[in-house]
Amino acid sequence: MALPLGLAIAVRHLLHRRRQTVTSLVGVSLGVAFFIGIASMMQGFQRDFVNRIIDAAPHVTIKDEFRKPPPQPVFAAYPDSAVILSGLKPKDEIRGLRGARAIIDALERMPGLHVAPTLAGQILLRFGAKDVSANVTGIVPDRERFVTKLEKDLIVGSLDSLYTAANGLIIGEGIALKAGIGLNDMVSVIAPSGVLMRMKVVGIFRSGITLMDNFDTYALLKKAQVLQNRPNVVNRIRIRLDDVEQAADLARSVEARFGWRTESWQEQSSNILGIFVIQNAIMYSTVGAILIVACFGIFNVISTVIYEKTRDIGILKSMGFREADIRRIFVYEGLMVGILGMLIGWALGYGIVEFMGSLKFEMEGFIRAQGFVLYRTPRHYVISGAMAIAASTFAAWLPARRASRLNPVDIVRGAA
Amino acid sequence: MTAAIEAIGVARTLPGPVPVTLVQDIDLTVRPGEFVAITGPSGSGKSSLLYLLGLLDVPTRGSIRLQGRDTAGLSGDALADLRLARIGFVFQFHFLLPEFSAADNVAIPMRRLGELGAGAIRQRSEDLLASLGLAEHRRKLPEQMSGGQRQRVAIARALANDPAVILADEPTGNLDTASAQLVFDTFRSLAHDQGRTVVAVTHDHDLAATADRQVHLVDGRIV
Ligand SMILES: Nc1ncnc2c1ncn2[C@@H]1O[C@H](COP(=O)(O)OP(=O)(O)OP(=O)(O)O)[C@@H](O)[C@H]1O
Ligand SMILES: [Mg+2]
Repeated sequence: MALPLGLAIAVRHLLHRRRQTVTSLVGVSLGVAFFIGIASMMQGFQRDFVNRIIDAAPHVTIKDEFRKPPPQPVFAAYPDSAVILSGLKPKDEIRGLRGARAIIDALERMPGLHVAPTLAGQILLRFGAKDVSANVTGIVPDRERFVTKLEKDLIVGSLDSLYTAANGLIIGEGIALKAGIGLNDMVSVIAPSGVLMRMKVVGIFRSGITLMDNFDTYALLKKAQVLQNRPNVVNRIRIRLDDVEQAADLARSVEARFGWRTESWQEQSSNILGIFVIQNAIMYSTVGAILIVACFGIFNVISTVIYEKTRDIGILKSMGFREADIRRIFVYEGLMVGILGMLIGWALGYGIVEFMGSLKFEMEGFIRAQGFVLYRTPRHYVISGAMAIAASTFAAWLPARRASRLNPVDIVRGAA
Repeated sequence: MTAAIEAIGVARTLPGPVPVTLVQDIDLTVRPGEFVAITGPSGSGKSSLLYLLGLLDVPTRGSIRLQGRDTAGLSGDALADLRLARIGFVFQFHFLLPEFSAADNVAIPMRRLGELGAGAIRQRSEDLLASLGLAEHRRKLPEQMSGGQRQRVAIARALANDPAVILADEPTGNLDTASAQLVFDTFRSLAHDQGRTVVAVTHDHDLAATADRQVHLVDGRIV
């Protein structure tokens, strides 16, 4: 007698239709559990990826490019008029960040950031019979160590040996494995400029980000300038921020001030971050589909209960139950399935996440990892629970409204 | 003395391509403490009249007064509230909720009304069942009882909120003569001893003869 009347009736109805109730409970639980499992896996992966990017890559990169090509003088001379230019020949400029020194000085006066000038280019690495194409980044180790975590990522060798070795080169683990290169091996490096240099591998790093480990190498800035035949040229300025959230703002203001194309880490990884958006859309639609199926289940149970309970509805209404009382009974039924399904789903989802967390295996995609990287947050429970309850209430509401509008006269007359 | 129920020029016509008139020209006054039997051939409109008197259906013409109050124009919720507090229905079919015990079935109208606490409700439903000779059956489910017992549980439920008016539609239709007699004796006592108004539809002329007054319907009219 402790339960409110409507709830008491709802409970008896569900207990009466045990098998159907269990079926729709399973539907809701699975929807909730899958959501928690998938969300924790995908967000775990995504956040891990973002963390690694934030950790490994510079937060802001100034490049020797312009977002828009400089306007032709003729357009400035005749604004708002139709001008046709043909046979335009771009000037063969020496590329590079002109005024890099000044930019670095200006940036260094700002608090909370570290700056490192670099020269990025391509090389072909030859070791024995193996040719490997790679990116080479000329760095100043004393600055680089504050901007990227290259130094921490070194599995052998050291950043400072770039200074001590004659022609030192640090390579990614992927390159080392591909070409069978070990520490202190001598490799031939050929640059597009035609310069060939014998270099000594003084370090091997593993960042965990596949693209970097397979394609990136580092040399002293001076050596890189020699390799690329671009003395004194710097074509990237890399910046690391104490507060990574400031990256987009800083990139915008640097670009506005100096004109060079300046990218935040979000922009540099925009293709992968875009994939995450699609991943999340897929996740939400998958779970949405499961919940819709569960909704059909709930709709079905409650419709069946209502069909079977037509007489009861008739007597309750003739007794003096209002439409809202009747509606409440059946909405309670949906709500109970939703809440119970949510609780079971939570337990199940927790189990799934812990199970996935216990799995150990080698995985190599965008990143290298052992097992799933999982993100556990109460938000997943809140979101999945809210979806389950909203969906089941809605699924119950439709038949409940129909039931509440049944005419008791038709029922009592028909059942006599 | 105010009439318990009063029908004034009541007619009920079902709309449709071919309108069906269930009852018409009904003028009927039932006093408190009166036990009235409605008789008539099948299809004469007895049930229809009872639904109108019980505010379960709404007349298309005329009006129904319950304890002096005109019910015309009341909302569905207002009519439901009046039914809950003042009217008790008993039908030919018992309409007990199958998942609830006898005592719980009797408790339902009281719980909906919400005037009594849980303990008082349990006490009253047990008292009502006992007064109808069902004390030892109070924990049984409807399916565990005989037809006569179920019908008496239904009567107990109709009495739960102490209604001024009891309306019964062939309450003895499924019962043997002895049980039927018992039900009608109960009704007579409800009217005469407790001052309630009882209107019962019946086919049985012997039973009808035990009422204070008989109202005979033919083709939807009182004759
Ligand atoms: N929904 C409906 N549609 C059409 N006709 C109806 C409807 N409901 C009742 N009727 C008709 O109205 C008339 C009166 O019906 P009602 O049920 O009131 O009769 P009754 O006197 O109670 O009959 P019975 O003794 O068989 O119970 C009957 O002729 C019946 O066929
Ligand atoms: Mg009838």
